[in-house]
Amino acid sequence: MPDLLIELLSEEIPARMQRRASLDFEKLLTDGISELGLSYESSAAFTTPRRLVLVLENVSSKSLSRSEEKRGPRTDAPEKAIQGFLKSTGFDLSQLEIRQEKKGEFYYATFQTKGREAAEVISVVLEKIIRNFPWPKSMRWGETSLKWVRPLHSIVCILYDDDGSKIVDINIEGISSGDKTYGHRFMGSGEFSVTSFEDYAAKLKKNYVVLDPSERAEIILQEMKNQAFAQGLELINDPSLLNEVVGLIEWPVVLLGKLEDEFLALPAEVLQTSMREHQKFFSIRNPKDNKVVQFATVANRETPDGGSTILTGNQKVLSARLSDAKFFWDNDLRTIKTDGLDIWLEKLKKVTFHNKLGSQFERVERIINLSEIIAKKIGCDPKLAKDAAYISKADLSSEMVYEFPELQGIMGTYYAKKAGYAASVSETCKDHYAPLGPSDEVPGSPISTVVALADKIDTLTNFWAIEEKPTGSKDPFALRRSALGMIRIIIENDIRISLSEILALGNKKADIEDLKEFIYQRMKVFLREKELRHDIIDACLSIDKEDDLALSVKKSFALMEFIKTSDGSNLIQGFKRANNILLQAEKNDGVEYSFGADLKYAKEDAELNLFSVLDSEEVKIKASLEREDFVEAMNSMANLRAPIDSFFETVQINSDVDHIRRNRLNLLSRICKLCLSVADLTKVEG
Amino acid sequence: MVADAPQCFQDVILRLQSYWVEQGCALMQPYDMEVGAGTFHPATTLRSLGPKPWSVAYVQPSRRPTDGRYGDNPNRLQHYYQFQVLMKPSPPDFQDLYLGSLEAIGIDSNLHDIRFVEDDWESPTLGAWGLGWEVWCDGMEVSQFTYFQQVGGHDCNPVSGELTYGLERLAMYILGVSNVMDMPFNHPKARTPLKYGDIFKQTEEEYSRWNFDIANTETLFRQFDEAEQECLSILSQETSDPKSGKNITMVHPAYDQCIKASHIFNILDARSVISVTERQAYIGRVRGLAKQCADAFILTPAGGKVK
Repeated sequence: MPDLLIELLSEEIPARMQRRASLDFEKLLTDGISELGLSYESSAAFTTPRRLVLVLENVSSKSLSRSEEKRGPRTDAPEKAIQGFLKSTGFDLSQLEIRQEKKGEFYYATFQTKGREAAEVISVVLEKIIRNFPWPKSMRWGETSLKWVRPLHSIVCILYDDDGSKIVDINIEGISSGDKTYGHRFMGSGEFSVTSFEDYAAKLKKNYVVLDPSERAEIILQEMKNQAFAQGLELINDPSLLNEVVGLIEWPVVLLGKLEDEFLALPAEVLQTSMREHQKFFSIRNPKDNKVVQFATVANRETPDGGSTILTGNQKVLSARLSDAKFFWDNDLRTIKTDGLDIWLEKLKKVTFHNKLGSQFERVERIINLSEIIAKKIGCDPKLAKDAAYISKADLSSEMVYEFPELQGIMGTYYAKKAGYAASVSETCKDHYAPLGPSDEVPGSPISTVVALADKIDTLTNFWAIEEKPTGSKDPFALRRSALGMIRIIIENDIRISLSEILALGNKKADIEDLKEFIYQRMKVFLREKELRHDIIDACLSIDKEDDLALSVKKSFALMEFIKTSDGSNLIQGFKRANNILLQAEKNDGVEYSFGADLKYAKEDAELNLFSVLDSEEVKIKASLEREDFVEAMNSMANLRAPIDSFFETVQINSDVDHIRRNRLNLLSRICKLCLSVADLTKVEG
Repeated sequence: MVADAPQCFQDVILRLQSYWVEQGCALMQPYDMEVGAGTFHPATTLRSLGPKPWSVAYVQPSRRPTDGRYGDNPNRLQHYYQFQVLMKPSPPDFQDLYLGSLEAIGIDSNLHDIRFVEDDWESPTLGAWGLGWEVWCDGMEVSQFTYFQQVGGHDCNPVSGELTYGLERLAMYILGVSNVMDMPFNHPKARTPLKYGDIFKQTEEEYSRWNFDIANTETLFRQFDEAEQECLSILSQETSDPKSGKNITMVHPAYDQCIKASHIFNILDARSVISVTERQAYIGRVRGLAKQCADAFILTPAGGKVK
C-alpha cells in the first residue's frame, strides 16, 4: 500500500497560525478520505514558515465499493409521488425494485458506489480542504478568487511505494500539483523533485530547510544554551518566544550579542520587553547576579562572514531601541527628582479615563477613598493604603509607560522607590493590577490587596453605572478580568468582607444586584476549574446572608469533601427524604411542623437514639460553624447519618396515633433545620 | 547582482526609482497635498479600486504632526519620505521583485537576514485593510508589504500588491548613520554637499512648534467641517456638465477634500484638543468621506465602469 506526501508551499505564514494549521490540515484530510472509504495506517504533519506538510503511511490503493438503498412510495401511490421519487433518484421505473412489505408493495432504488482509486479520492478531498481551509484570517491575491493565508505557490502531492511515485492530479485556479518544490528562500539551490517523504525531508535539509518544528526548536535551544554556557552565562527560558521564533525560520542559526554597558542599569523588565516584544531576542543572564548582559537572536541563514553583519545590524537596532528607553528612563528620573510623583498626578487631570467617568485623576481620587474605607474594614493601615492608592496610577504619566504601555505598574514601582516611598507602598503600583490572568498570583501584602480591591470595585461599579457591561465575546474594559481578580483576592487572601457592602461603596448608580450576579457567575466558572461543583457552591452561597465569599467557598470545599464520603452522600439522601416527607405532610395538613419534637412521645429505640444524637451534635455543629471550622462541622454531620438511616428503617412516621405522628414530623423538621443551618442541601444534586 | 553601496540619501531614492521603472512601473511624482502616508496618494487609494491594471512607483513626502521632536530625536520626524509601489494585479513573483529592489540599493541577501514577519495593515481613516508583513533586515523593519483586500469599504478585485519603504530609516541603515540629521542628502563630494539636517533641521523645529502649540484650533475645526461639506457637496452634483456637455463625476476634487480633512485632523490631534472618544468620531467622519469617494470612483471610467 502506498504512502502519501502533500506539501503546500506559500509565502510566509504567520508564526502564530502554523501549529493550529498543521493540526487542522491533518484532521481534515484524514477525516475526509476516511469518509470516502480510504484507510491509512498513520499520519504526521509538519510546518515551516512557508510550508504545510502532511505524510500518510499505507494508504489503501482503492476505496471500498458500497451500496446504499432508498425506499420509495407504495406502488399504488399517486403518479406524482412516484415521479417525484424517480426525479430525486435519477432512476427510471425499470431500474426500481418492488418489494412486498406488511403495508403493501414499495419501490426501492439501490445505489452502487464503486470503489475509487486513492488518487481520485485524495484529489477531491484536498481540493475541498484548500478551498475551505479554516485560517483565522485569509486573503486573495492577483486575480484569483482562491483564499489562502498568504499567496499559495505550489502543491506537491504524490502517492509512492517501492515501485515508484505517482503525482496525484489537482488543479486549483491555475496551481497544478506536481512533485517539485524549492528549499530555503535564499540558501536553496533551485527547484528539485521528490519521490517519497524520506527523499523530500533529505533534499530539504540539503537545501537548508529543517522540516520538523520540534527539531528546529531543539537546535535553537541547545545552541543558545551551549553558547551561553561557553561564556559562563545562562539562558532565560522563554517557551512561548521559542514557539514563535520556530515559526519564523527554516534554517536556524543562533547568534549571541552583548548589551552595551550604558544599558545595563536599565530595569530588567525594560530590557526584556524591548528585546522580546520588538526584536524577538532571548535574554541571557549572568548567574552570579542574575543581570541580563547578553541577547540571543536566531537568524534564518548562514552567511560567509559567520553572521557578523547580521549580528551588527541586530545590535544596532537594539541599541536604538534601548537608547529610546534609556532616554525615557533618564527623563522620568529627572522629573521625579525635581517634582516627585505629584506632577504626574497633576497631569492625570488632563487624561480622560472614560468620557462618562471623568479623568484618570478623578478615578485615582475615588480609589483613594475606597482604599481608606476598605483598609479600616480589613485591618490595614489606612494612611499607608491612601498613599499607595495615590501613587498607584502615577506612572501612566511617565514617558516610559507612554512608550511601553505593557510596563505600566512595573515602572510605577521603580519610580515610587526612587521618589522615596517605602517599599510596601511602592510595590502596590505593580501589585494592584494583579492578578492579570487565571494563573497570575494575587497580591499578597495587605496594602496591595486593599488598593487592588478598591481599583476593581471602582472599575466594576462605574462601568455598571453607565451600562457598559460585557456582552457575548465583547469585553472592551476587561470587566470579567476585574471581577475574577476581585473574587480571587477575596478567596485566596481569605478576606472576610461582605460583597454587597463593599460594592455599595462604589458608584451608587450601579445596579448592585445585577453586578453581584455577574460576579457570582465568574466565581462559579472559576471554581468549576478548581473542580468545585456549582450546586455545592450554590448550596453554601444561598444561606450566606452576609455575602461572605471567602467563608462560603471554604465551606463549599469542606462540603464537597464530605459528600465524597459514604457518610456524606447517605446523609444527603437522608436529609432529602426527611425534607420531602416533611414538605408533603405540611402541604397536606396545612400546618408547619416547627414546634420542636418532644422526647416524651418517642417510643422506638431508633427514635430515642436520634433524639440523643441530635442533642449532642446540634451543639457541636453550632459551635463548629461559629468557629468556622467546617471540617469539624461536617464530621458532626457524619455522626447523624447512621441514626437517621436507622430511624427511617425501623420507625413508621405515619403512626396511627396522631400526636406521635406529629412529634415525628417535628423531629424530621429538626433534622432538616439542623442540616440547613450548614448549607442549603436541597440544592445539592444527586 | 548586488549593487555597490549607495553614498547618500538621494542615491537610495534614485536607485529605487530606476529599479521599479525597470520592472515596468510608471514613475509618478509626489501628490501635491499634505498626506500622512504614501497610501493617501490617489494613485494608490483610488487606483487600487476597480478592475483596471495599474503599476506605479513614487516618492511621497508624508507628515505626521504628532511625531515631531523639534529635530532633536535621531529617528523621529514630523515630515519624512516614503517610497511607494503599487502593482495591480499583484504579480506572482512580487516577493522576488521586492527582494530585487533590496539588492538594487546594496543590501546583499547573502550577508543579511531578511525575514517576512506577520503584520496586517489597516487604515481606519481610509476604510482599508490588507494582509502581509513587515520586512525585517537583520531585525530592522525596512518595508511594509501588503496585499490590499479592501479600500474605502470595497473589496479589491483584482488585488493590488503594495510596498512602502520608510526612506530615512532604510537609508540610515544602509549608510551606517545613527542620527538622521547627519545623513548625507546628496553626495558628500558634491559641489555643495548637503546633509539631511542642513535641509530639514530648521523646518522640523518650526513645524514642531506650530503643530504642537501654535496652530489655530478654532480655524482648524472650521476647516475640517468645510472640507467635509465641500467633499459631500462635490459628490452630490449631477454628473452631466451643462458647459462641456460631458458626464463628469468629480471624484478627485472630492477626494482632495477628504485628504485635507484627514491632515487637519492630524494637526488637531497634535494640538491635543481631541479627546479619546472624539477621536473615533473624527476618524469615522474621514472614513465616511473616503468611502463615498471610493463609491463614486468605481462608477467612473478609471474605476472600470464601461459605458
